[in-house]
Amino acid sequence: MIALDLQEKRFGSTVVLGALNLRVAGGEVLGIEGPSGSGKSTLLRILAGVDTRFRGEMQAPSRRAMVFQEPNLMPWRRVLDNIILPTGADEGTAEAWLARVGLAGYGAHWPGQLSLGQARRVGLARAFAARPDLLILDEPFVSLDAGRVEELLDLTAELIAETKPAVVLASHAPQELDRLATRRARLTGRPARLSEG
Amino acid sequence: MFTMARKPQPQAGGGIVAPPVVVSGGQEWRAVGRTAVSILAALLVWALLAAVLGDPSHAPGPQQVLPELARGLLSGKMLPDLGATMLRVVSSFVLAMLAGTVLGIVLGLSRRVNDWFDPWLTIWNNIPALVLIVLCYLWIGLNETAAITAVALNKVPLVAVILREGVRARDPALSEMARVFGMGFVARHRHILIPQLMPHLIAAARAGLALIWKVVLVVEFLGRSNGIGFRIHLNFQMFDIAGVLAWAAAFVIVMLAVEWLILAPLSVRANRWRRE
Repeated sequence: MIALDLQEKRFGSTVVLGALNLRVAGGEVLGIEGPSGSGKSTLLRILAGVDTRFRGEMQAPSRRAMVFQEPNLMPWRRVLDNIILPTGADEGTAEAWLARVGLAGYGAHWPGQLSLGQARRVGLARAFAARPDLLILDEPFVSLDAGRVEELLDLTAELIAETKPAVVLASHAPQELDRLATRRARLTGRPARLSEG
Repeated sequence: MFTMARKPQPQAGGGIVAPPVVVSGGQEWRAVGRTAVSILAALLVWALLAAVLGDPSHAPGPQQVLPELARGLLSGKMLPDLGATMLRVVSSFVLAMLAGTVLGIVLGLSRRVNDWFDPWLTIWNNIPALVLIVLCYLWIGLNETAAITAVALNKVPLVAVILREGVRARDPALSEMARVFGMGFVARHRHILIPQLMPHLIAAARAGLALIWKVVLVVEFLGRSNGIGFRIHLNFQMFDIAGVLAWAAAFVIVMLAVEWLILAPLSVRANRWRRE
């Protein structure tokens, strides 16, 4: 469960996010849509605990994980270590998650040896290996071809159903929101506000 | 074959194409061969020039310098001075790398601190080595502390500038990833920051080592009673050009050994993830 009661988030004199309330329970997926520059990324960074400079209150679980727009793997660590080091998972668990996303046997590769689709799968495995209570998905499947996206969406839906974290998904793609979101909200205006429905 | 080694493709069986180890080994040996031939060619050009000039006391060729070098090394006569110089190089190198790295990281992390101290660094970087050496000898005295301090002070700003660029060029997205997943302080530095600084650390070490040993010789020339710089001073006073070249050659050999035995393997190791 995550609860955010935001009064205001500003950068300098610009108010980026206005007052908004957001609650997501375990197993729920809140899909947030909104045009580029609407403040989605700012909101996600607050939820992820990366940006703590805002007015308002947040109650978030300590076990969080995020799938980023870019895979964000450490290129100088092998694939398996890219799962173990950030999440603290043991080797067996990390290997099991790799297998789960269809990359069994890739643990000893360097991230630079993977295709973009494979790297995104590693990002997904890393997120679930952290056993998060809050999972944040920031345009997790951009710049993949349609077939690949479909495949990864199925996998993600399956993993969410199994592990039941509270999920916040930001996306432009109706396909992703339709497939994953149990509730939807739009972020619009300036400063941006959240309207559910 | 080479592109296959860089990007192994998954096969139907789930395995990958193994990197052709033999090929890369062969390439390494070919590179060593090229280096050897290149050095021999340089010696040949030197010998030809000396022969054309025909004045061994002013322009000695390798046939005069190399026997002198061999005599000095094999009899052990050169070793105490080589050792003294080496000790000064190592001490000032370690000092300068530590101080320069810390300074560079601080300046790279904080825009505001950098705005204040950047002009200082520019001035420091442009003070001639000789001025720092003379000032250290005058302030601290004609001793070992002054010599090592003077050399280290010459190198610190160079290391700081290189490391500052390294810190600035780091990928903020990875730091963010580490914070979301709650990686600890030590893990964040060990797995995120240091690997990104490694190429800059190695560049600073290389540039710094080359600078340091040149400055050490000047320091010894001016105010020490042992070391290569001191011996070159003696040879200079006796107008012994072959002697000057032999001492210089001895230390060049030592520094090449450091490059090949320590720095190059370190660099290969740090860059392994780019090459496989």
